[in-house]
Amino acid sequence: MSIRLCNVSKSFGPVRVVDNISLEVEKGELLALLGPSGGGKSTVLRIIAGLEIPDSGEVWLDGERADTLDAQQRRVGFVFQHYALFRHMTVAQNIGFGLQVRGVEQLERHKRALELLELVGLHGLGDRYPSQLSGGQRQRVALARALAPEPRLLLLDEPFGAVDSKVREELRVWMRALHDRIGATTLLVTHDREEAFAVADRVVIIHDGKVEQIGAPVDVLDEPATEFVAGFMGEVNHYEANRVDGELRAGPLAFPVAAPDPDRPARVVVRSYDIKLWVNDPGIATVARVTTLGDRVRVEATLDGGLPLFAHFPRRSSLLRGVAPGARIAVEITHARAWPLP
Amino acid sequence: MAEARRKRGRPDGWLIAVVAVYVVTVIALPLGALFAGAAEDLGATLANLRRPEALGALGRTIALASAALVINVVFGVAAALVLVRDRFFGRRLVGWIIEMPLAMSPVMIGVAFFVLYGRTGWLQPVIEPLGIDVVFAFPGMLLVTVFVTLPFVARETQLLLQELGSSEEEAAATLGANRWQTFWLITLPNILPGIASGAALVVARARGEFGAVLVIGGAVSGRTDTATTFVYHAVEERQSAAAHGISIVLVALSLAALATFAIIQGRSRR
Repeated sequence: MSIRLCNVSKSFGPVRVVDNISLEVEKGELLALLGPSGGGKSTVLRIIAGLEIPDSGEVWLDGERADTLDAQQRRVGFVFQHYALFRHMTVAQNIGFGLQVRGVEQLERHKRALELLELVGLHGLGDRYPSQLSGGQRQRVALARALAPEPRLLLLDEPFGAVDSKVREELRVWMRALHDRIGATTLLVTHDREEAFAVADRVVIIHDGKVEQIGAPVDVLDEPATEFVAGFMGEVNHYEANRVDGELRAGPLAFPVAAPDPDRPARVVVRSYDIKLWVNDPGIATVARVTTLGDRVRVEATLDGGLPLFAHFPRRSSLLRGVAPGARIAVEITHARAWPLP
Repeated sequence: MAEARRKRGRPDGWLIAVVAVYVVTVIALPLGALFAGAAEDLGATLANLRRPEALGALGRTIALASAALVINVVFGVAAALVLVRDRFFGRRLVGWIIEMPLAMSPVMIGVAFFVLYGRTGWLQPVIEPLGIDVVFAFPGMLLVTVFVTLPFVARETQLLLQELGSSEEEAAATLGANRWQTFWLITLPNILPGIASGAALVVARARGEFGAVLVIGGAVSGRTDTATTFVYHAVEERQSAAAHGISIVLVALSLAALATFAIIQGRSRR
């Protein structure tokens, strides 16, 4: 099913959680709504599902105006962050619920529940109660339950938020494979960049109730539309830079990017992996700290003049030879992006 | 860690003794005395129980408790749903009003209903043409009984609803359930333990009510006497056999009600 949101807004009390959002999702697409917690992503999802009524704007599902439809009439599968499984029902009864309320016979329901259990890899657990399952298993049951009435659209609210990180990665891969198999249009809300990139065809970056950018993961990564997106796409350094001799500079650093406005200072964003540094005398900075984070190393330094800088390198990078607290280093920025100062 | 466990596991003899003495003096001794008294002259106790006045009083109490139970379960669940799930002006106030019977003396409640429905009462012009007797009659007794037992189901259910949240109901809606289906299949099974414990309190309170039904009903033997007022009169008239019989039946009914609701609670808790 295709989705179209036109200028949708929603406030809770004085807080505008969704601020004039417009969005189009094509049939069969897997789209991720990505952004920091509390940014309004879940509310967008709930509005599409009919669990929340927008203050203004239009919701179209498959070319049909859906604002006036109840959640019950929208035929949308919703997977809640904390699963919301029916605790007094067995797994099979949970999965069969969507069919039960449509008057499907008990026998037929049970057959369908078994099929879906097979599909989500939980064969033989139909008679258990939700409290007897692990987090990852509950997640799969919630998904099977949402899929049972064959929804036109699948909405997932932080679906892997409550399971531990190893299981989360497995579920991600499995989720994408499942999507490719059943092909239902899917919207996924997450605050985890890696998760969004791992599963989605396109991502929508949402911040403070507004859409910051929509695009394929690589595009959002390489061509961030706003400073916020650039910052959200990874660990970054922020600088305020001035144009000196035709170059954007901050302290002793020079940035390989054109000034957005020649007459005004700019905000420059440098990713932690777009920096080269090596031991050099006199150099332009002093190493403050070196921390090993598993497969990579984080180097923190203080530039002459006092600005801070941090960078990440692979664990055994040759650049790191002699880099230790107190060492003098040279720094080269290999890639940066600039925005006009607001 | 190990030490803490040992400490927790060691029975605290002193505390156990206090609890035992407390339970025996406050509960077991009086109950024992009651049973002993009844057993002393079993023939007289049973004969007294078979008197029409005694049976009538018992029947009235059972009828009052059952009617109050049905009314307050329906109303209490509805009130709890509205108070927890809906946001409206005056919600807090309604919540407080529902709790008020807990803070009021039953005799006072009886008097209040008397003021409303008595011969010179405010509502007399309304009820007289309808030909309904409220004061010194069953309807009045039912009204006060419903009043004193009103908060229990609403309160217990409200607590449970708050704890449950609404996500299961939302899930049901997205799966295509309408409001009735959601209520019967999802909400009701979830709040059943709350309803059961509220119901147990309603039955206990309704059956034990004395002051309010005495004031509004007048405890007319054979007409508005209830089990408790019957026992009171029996004691006053030194007819201990009659008092014993009904008291024992009341205790037995209490235990049966408690057991029933405990089973309901146990079943729905997984």
